[in-house]
Amino acid sequence: MSAVTVTSVHKAYGDRAVIDGVDCSVEPGEFVSLIGPSGCGKSTLFSIVAGLEQPDTGEVLVGDSPAAPGRVALMPQKDLLFPWRTVLDNCTLGLEVQGVQRSDARARARELLPTFGLAGFEDAAPHQLSGGMRQRASLARTVLQGRDVLLLDEPFGALDSLTRTEMQLWLQQVWQQHRWTVLMVTHDVREAVLLSDRVVVLGPRPTRVEHEVRVHLPRPRTLEMCASSEFVALEQELVDLLHRSRHGDQRRMPSR
Amino acid sequence: MTTSKTDSTGRARRLLPALLVAGALVAIWQTYVVVSGIRPQVLPSPARVLTQGWAHRVDIAGHAWSTLQVTLVGFAVSLALAWTLAIAVDFSPWLRRAFVPLFVVSQTLPIIALAPLMIIWFGFGLLPKILVIALVTFFPVAIGLLEGFAAADREAGALLRSMGASRWQQFRYVRLPSALPRFFTALRIGITYAVVGAVFAEYVGATSGLGIYMSTQKNSFRTDLVLAAVVVTAVLSLTLYSLTYVVERVVAPWALTKGAK
Repeated sequence: MSAVTVTSVHKAYGDRAVIDGVDCSVEPGEFVSLIGPSGCGKSTLFSIVAGLEQPDTGEVLVGDSPAAPGRVALMPQKDLLFPWRTVLDNCTLGLEVQGVQRSDARARARELLPTFGLAGFEDAAPHQLSGGMRQRASLARTVLQGRDVLLLDEPFGALDSLTRTEMQLWLQQVWQQHRWTVLMVTHDVREAVLLSDRVVVLGPRPTRVEHEVRVHLPRPRTLEMCASSEFVALEQELVDLLHRSRHGDQRRMPSR
Repeated sequence: MTTSKTDSTGRARRLLPALLVAGALVAIWQTYVVVSGIRPQVLPSPARVLTQGWAHRVDIAGHAWSTLQVTLVGFAVSLALAWTLAIAVDFSPWLRRAFVPLFVVSQTLPIIALAPLMIIWFGFGLLPKILVIALVTFFPVAIGLLEGFAAADREAGALLRSMGASRWQQFRYVRLPSALPRFFTALRIGITYAVVGAVFAEYVGATSGLGIYMSTQKNSFRTDLVLAAVVVTAVLSLTLYSLTYVVERVVAPWALTKGAK
């Protein structure tokens, strides 16, 4: 059984179609990236998988039951750490929503924070953290919810490129330890190749799956590998697919 | 990290211009009274206001105590009402449509005309004063709360929903804390209005309080004592205003931290 199964999902707002029949799936322990032109409907698809919105037709299963709030753990684009909570208490938010005792939730968070490079910052205010640390805290809050699937929405999009690279390598490392099931949206093709087992390329709005590419590079993938011919070829293939899908849209329209 | 010592000298430096201007105005006033020889029933000198006020300090303090009590009770009632209705309105679009226009209307009522009527209806006791204070302060606090709730980050709301949070949990974890900075701004506006409202209500009719004290002293041409009571009113307002910062520091210290959004 797949961790996430998206079956011919359609979604429109009024007469503006956003998602035009998407099928894809994520296997347990798999790291899958969604890439696509901006505004193609990735975020809407994410909202549907998170159970925040309903598809017009089609079906999304998380495990063996329909997508609903609280089935997957969402890491939004902005870190959304609350200034009125300490770093530790931001991380426990999801557990508190689930009704876990506060002391219990804190104990669990305290255990996890060193993995996220946040030991010693439990009682800090979010604004005292660097950008990279804030994203790690945001990911810790996501992981602590204890869901089977993590949805990461452009997790490192707002970071400077040096920090972003560090975060990607770090994420790969903790992912290898924990083997979470991850579905990640990104604009960054290199990030997708570096981290993913599989990359799903979405077309422009109304979006559908244009292509799927399996990344066979061995792990852990290093920065040096980014310059290898295999990596570059994959990256090039994906960039080509993205561009083709964008122009292909114009060719596709009149033929209907 | 600044030490408390540099902090307090910094604050003194920031206050210095205001103190200088105020001091200059008082000096001009004093000079004018002395030079022009104007009668103290028309315009007493600042020195006379202070000395006469000090001479009647027990009397004035008693009235100030009454005013403080009325202010705090009235404002507490207003706050309770504003919180209750603002939360209700935040949860129910129907209640929002029903109540928000009334909030606005409450602010348009001419208190000058209504206050005497309330004395007629409810007598010289606490109730008409509470009503006047509530009427004056309810609107800024309620609107501050409503705008505060609405200022909550939509994406934070979506995050909470993705966690499976109930409407109440979303309110408690996101909307309520998001509203606190605006609430404290509204609280500061409200508390100064509350003092003025209390004095006004007493002015119209009361057995004790700074308002009725001003009224009787005016009728016996003790302009100096009227002004002394005005000074005490201002000190009372400023003290309550400063206290809101103390409360904010305890309840929502993050809202006062620079860089914490």
